Amino acid sequence: MTADRRTPMLRAVFAQAAMELRMVLRSPESLVVTLGIPLGILGFFSVVDVLPTAGRPAVEFLVPGALAISVAATGLVAVAIQTAFERKYGVLKRLGGTPLPRWGFLVAKGLATAAVLAVQTVLVVGLAVGALGWSPAGGGLIAPVAVLIGAVTFTALGLLMAGALRAEATLALSNALFLVLLVISGVAFDAGTLPDGLAAVGRALPVGALGEVLRVAFSGEGLATAPLAVVVGWGAAAIALATRTFRWEP
Amino acid sequence: MSTPAIEVRGLTKRYGPTTAVDGLDLEVGHGETLALLGPNGAGKTTTIECCEGFRRPDAGIVRVLGLDPRRDGARLRPRLGLMLQEGGVYPMARPAEVLRLFAAYYADPLDPDALLERVGLDDARRTRFRDLSGGQKQRLSLALAVIGRPEVVFLDEPTAGLDPAARRLAWDHVRELRDQGVAVVLTTHLLDEAEELADRVAIVDRGRLVALGTPDELTHGEGGELEFSARPDLDIADLSRAVGAVVEEVRPGRYVVRAQNSPRLVAALATWLGDRDVVLGHLQAGKRSLEDVFLRLTERDEVSGGGRANRRARPTVPEDRK
Repeated sequence: MTADRRTPMLRAVFAQAAMELRMVLRSPESLVVTLGIPLGILGFFSVVDVLPTAGRPAVEFLVPGALAISVAATGLVAVAIQTAFERKYGVLKRLGGTPLPRWGFLVAKGLATAAVLAVQTVLVVGLAVGALGWSPAGGGLIAPVAVLIGAVTFTALGLLMAGALRAEATLALSNALFLVLLVISGVAFDAGTLPDGLAAVGRALPVGALGEVLRVAFSGEGLATAPLAVVVGWGAAAIALATRTFRWEP
Repeated sequence: MSTPAIEVRGLTKRYGPTTAVDGLDLEVGHGETLALLGPNGAGKTTTIECCEGFRRPDAGIVRVLGLDPRRDGARLRPRLGLMLQEGGVYPMARPAEVLRLFAAYYADPLDPDALLERVGLDDARRTRFRDLSGGQKQRLSLALAVIGRPEVVFLDEPTAGLDPAARRLAWDHVRELRDQGVAVVLTTHLLDEAEELADRVAIVDRGRLVALGTPDELTHGEGGELEFSARPDLDIADLSRAVGAVVEEVRPGRYVVRAQNSPRLVAALATWLGDRDVVLGHLQAGKRSLEDVFLRLTERDEVSGGGRANRRARPTVPEDRK
């Protein structure tokens, strides 16, 4: 009797991922952050050359930054806010009463996030190559891996907030963090123009570090291990902390 | 009946200094419907959530279908249906989508479209959850509780916010579950709901079980009393003399004659009322209402002051009802 009642896990996880994705698409504000801001920065500043880009063509400087920002927008902002409200409205608790295990829920969320990320990457790279004449010197292997590692890091940071803070606090904090990271991480303009201390902080934060890894990779200079270690370190810390503090109940 | 569907022994759960559930014992058989009845904060939801695996008991044993809800949750949940007190659904999702999602969690689910129709949400299938009325949300939650063909169902205030017609629909659903052999535990504030649906009623107060029995057992008072309603403020001293028994106005307009029911007693009452041209509301003999039982058992000292001042000495809980 019990054997044939076992949950069809693959079907359950895919249905869950589809629902999560549908919820992303139904929230216009999250689409503005995940797609609008990275594409806007890339398009606008490539064409209107007003920001300092360290003597390189603007697009060359901006693509790695736009990719880093889109990963951060998805994990740190969109996933964080969506999950925070799922918790607030008791969705996470209710799912805890179904046969979908927690790991199944997290895998589903990961799949939905990966789908958003794929669209972002295609659009950013497509815009850069198709309309702005971008042609990277390398990074075909390193960049996708770095983007994935970044995605895990930012999603973990987002879930850390969503599982520990009130939904409204997550909403405010994630947007504030995103704005600060955008300014001090040297993704939209060269961090060399910032005061030294601030630039150092930017490099130690995961958006700046991910941007640096991608910039080095696209210049054909191989793997920048130190900034990658920063991204991995943030991710590992966030995962360790989130697994201890995440609350599923409202 | 071999093993009960639900078995709770000495369940205790504390939140900080508050003891929410205090040594509770319950047993629910397959195909039985048990109503947990009690005032707010009595520990009904905590009890249910310990059975569902959401809370870890501080002491005692909980077994659902022979399984420990915390340790064997993964094996238990495919056979369990539940309804939380509120929400639990993506605000932007539509009922049809949510039912299809939940159907995907179970090996042999009910047909989502048919279920949608049966709970009367066909017209709202494309309305976002947050835009549904309170009653529609409740009905969707009920549908989600049963879509996996559960063997045990926990319903936390399943008819809160429902209008009378929708409530009757929900009742039909619960009766159907019982007929299919499903064990159902529901919490409710509504006495008529408990009386209507439950095979047995467990009255819980301050985390303790204060009465347990079939609605009939609970409402048959020791020694048949006569209960009637009429306009408030009758001269009960005079009436007491006329019928030869103590009469109390337990609530405005509601009277209890503390005497063995007999034809002579009823005649005396009718004569007295007739002489004064008092219209009788209802008359009940030998049976207390569940409401009366409930109020007597769960009455708190702090609220019994003003409103029920004209009530005489409060009966204590008979030991044999524990």
